[in-house]
Amino acid sequence: MKEFQGTESYITSSSLRDVVNAAIVLGRPLLVKGEPGTGKTLLAHAIAENLGRRIITWNVKSTTKARDGLYIYDTVQRLHDSRFQDHDVSDIKQYIRLGKLGEAFAADEQVILLIDEIDKADLEFPNDLLNELDEMSFDIYETKEKVTAENRPIVIITSNNEKELPDAFLRRCLFHYIEFPDEMMMEQIVRVHHPNVEAKLLREVLKKFYWIRSIDMLRKKPSTSELIDWVQALMAGGMDPGMVRREIPFLGTLLKKEQDLNILLAQEVPY
Amino acid sequence: MFVDFFFLLKREGVPVSLNEWMLLHEALDSGLSNASLNTFYYLARSILIKNETYFDRYDRAFKKYFEGIETSDVVVEEILEGLERADPLELTEAEKRLMQALPLEEVLENFRRQWEEGHFKNHRGGNRAIGTGGRSTQGAFGYNPAGVRIGQGYGRHGSAIQIAEQRNFRNYSGDMVLDTRMLRVALSKLRTLLPEGPEDQLDIDGTIDRTCRNAGELELVWKRDRKKVIKLLLLMDVGGSMEPYHWAVSKLFSAAGAQIKDLKYFYFHNCVYQDLYEDIERYDSVPTMEVINRYSPEYKIIFLGDASMAPSEMLDTNGCIEYFYRNDDAGIWWMYRIMSRFPAAVWLNPLRERSFRYSLTGRMIAKMFPMFELTLDGLDDAVKTLIKPSRAKITATEIEQIIAHRNRPYAQLL
Repeated sequence: MKEFQGTESYITSSSLRDVVNAAIVLGRPLLVKGEPGTGKTLLAHAIAENLGRRIITWNVKSTTKARDGLYIYDTVQRLHDSRFQDHDVSDIKQYIRLGKLGEAFAADEQVILLIDEIDKADLEFPNDLLNELDEMSFDIYETKEKVTAENRPIVIITSNNEKELPDAFLRRCLFHYIEFPDEMMMEQIVRVHHPNVEAKLLREVLKKFYWIRSIDMLRKKPSTSELIDWVQALMAGGMDPGMVRREIPFLGTLLKKEQDLNILLAQEVPY
Repeated sequence: MFVDFFFLLKREGVPVSLNEWMLLHEALDSGLSNASLNTFYYLARSILIKNETYFDRYDRAFKKYFEGIETSDVVVEEILEGLERADPLELTEAEKRLMQALPLEEVLENFRRQWEEGHFKNHRGGNRAIGTGGRSTQGAFGYNPAGVRIGQGYGRHGSAIQIAEQRNFRNYSGDMVLDTRMLRVALSKLRTLLPEGPEDQLDIDGTIDRTCRNAGELELVWKRDRKKVIKLLLLMDVGGSMEPYHWAVSKLFSAAGAQIKDLKYFYFHNCVYQDLYEDIERYDSVPTMEVINRYSPEYKIIFLGDASMAPSEMLDTNGCIEYFYRNDDAGIWWMYRIMSRFPAAVWLNPLRERSFRYSLTGRMIAKMFPMFELTLDGLDDAVKTLIKPSRAKITATEIEQIIAHRNRPYAQLL
């Protein structure tokens, strides 16, 4: 079995790699939580790229129901078609479409199934999937067919912590909390996106960035994606490290809220 | 196998189940831990712990159970003080092979002896003593394959015990008084109050009706399920003894606004009187009676305050701490009115329970509003109480008695 190693564009900690591999070996879904911008969704894509597998993404919304993931029986279309004689509506099969989960089960090869932002749906949603994820199969009642996964898909689930997930669901998952990267790891991450950033500039940038993040009062702390935008702006603007040390150019790329800007401007820059 | 660790986790209050414990053993059988304590730390955590609020308890248990298996931090630090980094020793492959691995016990024994004799100070090169860049079995950056490796400049995350000891997740722990960054998560618990129904549904009756009117031409009618929206009234104590919590309080408001659609908030200082305020500075006021009448009893009430004040502020007319403010009714009566109007009401207190349980005003208020710590656990309980409000616990007669017998010792009063 091939192991997940991380990819060139996705830097992981060794602990995350170990957990991903454990989830693959044990055949359990992996639940990933963490601050926004720590790469929860990207993880699934990185696994797919690294292992050379197809990825199926199921974006969960507040209206998503568990059944939607299995299959949809389009009764309304059938009703419409029944009005004229040009369709044969006796064949129910043509009105059944597999959902994302169904698609992942029915695939010929092992795929990565990403269930993105599971906490968006209502509370019962994860519970409704328990049996299907356990047995990796479900029945289509209308046609009395059974969809079974020949190859257990690798299931990655992300959550933004908006709702608590039910215990019974959690017991079946492996869980990993992606911590916000430390300076050393962040340096690597920035270098992936901007390989020719000047070392001195990057050092000043990171110093400033972590200082801003350490201000408790901010309503929204800047995350990785904002940092990368900032570096882009600084490089495009031809800023030298001294500038970054003295003031904070292009602050708007880091902080998006006016109150936050005011709070920051009231702070004393430590060096 | 190390089943004591399982019970230790249970004792630390981590909810681990037997299923997960079996899964951990399955994982170990498949060799997933690589026989490394470090990997085991993360592996076991991912299998046993499903919520970052328990990471801290896991860390505590892990440290307690596995401590002593690796060099303790104190020793490492002391040695590191004595060690200075030196240029690495350049050895050829042949030379490296010459150095036979010694049996581990011998190495450890040697290490202990030298440690006790204090041989480790500023030692570089050489074949025997603890030092850097040498051929001996002790120290950092050395070459001996059976060496005792003592913490090195990099690889700070090397040891699982160290990670457990750092207790990075202390802030996520459920029993920690909420800091600002956790408030958002905390408030999202409130959102679990609201059942969200599916949005689009075929209105069968409507469809039949319209289709008949259309002489059989099919016309579909959709209806939207009405969403139940939580209505929340936040009343916050600002100023005075609440000053240290000022930031948390305003943070709570900004976070709450994002989570709950119908949210109204008012401020007061120490105790509620005939006026509530719409801003923290307390310039714009609304009569409390108007607030009580304007909002229906469906509104859930959350008080946020430390409930610590002089008893006179609650029990006396004109008892308000602000000298020029006159109140004809004692503050306790205003609280009583709010309690009677809104059945679902709780009081969150940023102080620890052991503090507010023993203040007189804290106990009086807790008689009217169930009082909880402002922690994740406390908020959990508060939300549960809001969903299933309990009956009013105090009657007007009782309040009269409290006011009349206010000079009696606390124990008799409440």
